[in-house]
Amino acid sequence: MKRVPSPLFLVGALALCFGLNAMTGRFNAYYVDVALNIGIAIVMAVSLNLINGYTGQFSLGHAGFMAVGAYGAAAVSLFAGPKLLVTFKFLGESGSHAVVFFLALLTGGVIAAIAGFAFGAPSLKLKGDYLAIVTLGFGEIISVIFRNVHKLGGALGLTGIPNETTLFWTFGAAAVTIYVVLAMVHSTYGRGFIAVHDDEVAAQAMGINTTRYKVIAFVIGAFFAGVGGGLFGHSKMSITPTGFGFMLSIEYVVMVILGGMGNTMGVIIAAILLTLLPEVLRGLAEYRMIIYSLLLIVLMLTRPQGLFNFRNPWKRQRKAA
Amino acid sequence: MSEFLQQLVNGISLGAIYALIALGYTMVYGVLRFINFAHSDVLMIGAFVGFYAAPYFPKDSFFGGIGVLIVAMIVCAIMGIVIERLAYRPLRKSSTLNVLITAIGVSLLLENGAQLLFSAKPRPFPQIFPSQALHFGNMVVSTNQIAVLVIAILLLGALQWIVLKTKMGTAMRALSFNPIAASLVGVNNDVVISFTFGLGSALAAAGGILYSLNYPSVDPYMGIMPGLKAFVAAVLGGIGNIPGAALGGLVLGVIETFVGGSERFSTWRDAIAFAILILILLVRPAGLLGKMQAEKV
Repeated sequence: MKRVPSPLFLVGALALCFGLNAMTGRFNAYYVDVALNIGIAIVMAVSLNLINGYTGQFSLGHAGFMAVGAYGAAAVSLFAGPKLLVTFKFLGESGSHAVVFFLALLTGGVIAAIAGFAFGAPSLKLKGDYLAIVTLGFGEIISVIFRNVHKLGGALGLTGIPNETTLFWTFGAAAVTIYVVLAMVHSTYGRGFIAVHDDEVAAQAMGINTTRYKVIAFVIGAFFAGVGGGLFGHSKMSITPTGFGFMLSIEYVVMVILGGMGNTMGVIIAAILLTLLPEVLRGLAEYRMIIYSLLLIVLMLTRPQGLFNFRNPWKRQRKAA
Repeated sequence: MSEFLQQLVNGISLGAIYALIALGYTMVYGVLRFINFAHSDVLMIGAFVGFYAAPYFPKDSFFGGIGVLIVAMIVCAIMGIVIERLAYRPLRKSSTLNVLITAIGVSLLLENGAQLLFSAKPRPFPQIFPSQALHFGNMVVSTNQIAVLVIAILLLGALQWIVLKTKMGTAMRALSFNPIAASLVGVNNDVVISFTFGLGSALAAAGGILYSLNYPSVDPYMGIMPGLKAFVAAVLGGIGNIPGAALGGLVLGVIETFVGGSERFSTWRDAIAFAILILILLVRPAGLLGKMQAEKV
């Protein structure tokens, strides 16, 4: 059994991100942009892995939570931002911007988490395919809601979001996501997630409140999806209700499946590769979704444990027995 | 009042299409206990087959339209059987999650394959039936709507006959009760499952063509929305239950048309189906006509 990762890992990772960030100016702007996309993909895929992988609940609405977070964070930056910047003026130019951006990301995450709770608490009683369809429906409803809220730009979306997302924020968020997910799953409390995944009925018989575990996984996953959305909005500088559709959710699901459900390292590799692949193979852009879909089918037929999951399933079973 | 009747007619005609598509979901769920995600894309393929077949049939005649419909149904039936054989059958013994992911993969493959083949550009669907607007007082009913209703009722009747009166239908029902017991009494499960996929896909093709007639454009992603809504209809009526799917389709079609036609809530039209889905799963997960069952371990 893996141990809970040490908090030193997190501190080290954050320091590394800070150092990396100081060198941003030396990199080509295009590479920085790709790196930001990779960081956001890691945040999204690792948080989805908590729901789909470790807890075994199949969510197809992760982009919906991303949308909630993106809108929440953008609203803070756009509507409350100017006032907050004045309030935190004593921290200096970059200090006040950092604080406001942190607050925006936090708000986005918290709103997404609340949405995750409001939506997850009733629907997580459902299983498998039903849950998948309901989460898919959630993604669609979110998009319809944002299209109808005129304060948030309606169908046109929000534009003019300040460009605050940097390498530090993105990879910092990725490090925090990875740390929190690993620390939770490998803690004593977190064994419950895996128990729910392995056998729900048996877990229930052992006195585990399965619905509660599922809702917690959902809320935490949604929180980080919201943070990812905030990062996304503040790096692209504009968001639209249709930008967070089913296809985006599918992309994160593919990352989780490719990496091996419940295998954080593999999911991170998959997130990096799948973000890089379309950049490297620009000419193949129109075949990208075909490759994804074939990959899904072939993987499920031949290697359902994921492409980057090198743990031997047989070995694990023997250990358990 | 006349507006109410008008919306009711529109709603029933939309609902009949949902019902046809919902039947495919429900039948496959009945025999295999899984949601065929790719069903909505079979519908799209059906519409495209209709689009390309239409020029070869006499225009503006009822029989030409039926011809187009039959060609699309046959092509899609074959496609449904092939999909089941290649993608789903090898996974018969794996977990539901794996089958679900494969189904999503098949769905994406069909959508993006169609986009590559036919391009993403929406195209106007030809009027394969003689089209005319009939006036009843203030009400306007297009012949297309009548054609949709008549064809839907005929197909539903045919399906009911197949399921209740033929040997294959009996085998389908046996399989949905208990697959192991069915195979013990000599039902060839593989053949029955193939047949179910063929039947469901043929109905999806018919639904796709009728949908394109009323919302006259076809594109590779056209199947997603009617497919999802038809799924909601199947759950609403009680998944696995054939009359339930028909009822669910009609109810959903009527509700959606009234919401879409209302002044205040017209923009919420696409959300209403999912709101119904979440509500029904919470209040009565077995659906309107389904039987509540305790879960067995």
